[in-house]
Amino acid sequence: MQRTRIRGGVRAALPLALAPLLFGASFGFLAVEAGLGAVGAVVMSATTFAGSAQFAAASILESGGGAAAAILAAVLLNARYVPLSIAVAPIFPGSRRRRFLEAQLIVDESWALSGRSGRFDHGILIGAGLLLYVTWVGGTVLGTVAGDLLDPDAIGLDAAFAGLFLALLAPYLRSRRALATALVAAAITLALLPVAPAGLPIVAAGLASLIGLRR
Amino acid sequence: MIAVVGALSMLFKASGPVLLGRHQLPPRIAGLVEVLAPAMLAALVVTQAVGGDRELVLDERLAGVAAGVVAVALRAPLIVVMAVAAGVAALVRLI
Repeated sequence: MQRTRIRGGVRAALPLALAPLLFGASFGFLAVEAGLGAVGAVVMSATTFAGSAQFAAASILESGGGAAAAILAAVLLNARYVPLSIAVAPIFPGSRRRRFLEAQLIVDESWALSGRSGRFDHGILIGAGLLLYVTWVGGTVLGTVAGDLLDPDAIGLDAAFAGLFLALLAPYLRSRRALATALVAAAITLALLPVAPAGLPIVAAGLASLIGLRR
Repeated sequence: MIAVVGALSMLFKASGPVLLGRHQLPPRIAGLVEVLAPAMLAALVVTQAVGGDRELVLDERLAGVAAGVVAVALRAPLIVVMAVAAGVAALVRLI
């Protein structure tokens, strides 16, 4: 049962797998340019496992910024994992140690796919997370040796992600409370994007969920 | 830098499952967590569609996202929505 769920997660993430491979390769390439070294790039992909934070940190270093600025940017970008992780917390079974390890497979895409049916599904999250993890780390390895494989933007992959999150958001919007929350969250993000450091707008958008507080 | 970012990211990701575990949340808070998903998804859509380096960037992605909205409205499957968004953005970028 659990095994078929995990397989279902792998299958759900298959259409997305090209993206982490290509973006992983771009990251590997950029990280080597930034002086992190091939091993450093791969270690970072394996431990941080979050594209936007890794890109931000590597490009800050590459453009001559300091380690502190790189860390701050990555931390701000990854702070969104606190609300994401709280939202899926109840689906993780087992010991604290197992929950800690499995939670590392939470990444925007696996998290979003696992909630596709309206309730979060542990097997889907694990399956999708595993596939994305392998392709992300594998892509990074490729990028450190072979350089950029192909420009992801040229094939529109940047727009594909907006499409992915949009498709996963749509089923929630049937509830009026969720619709209102989504609109407020979108407005907060739009308002903060031009003024706040990267990452902060998404975290602040989480405040829109206060609409859900029951009296 | 790599070690610090890696360690903090791991803690962020594990915060929910490790600290909350399977505790049932009080109903007031449960309502909040219920709408956390649409809130975060909406923020991700906006960031992916128009996000830039401390600015709003209106570029080919928007055409892709608009096509994606149409695909979602037509109840297209996930993979089709993504392909349509990517294809339209790539096409507009070409011309």
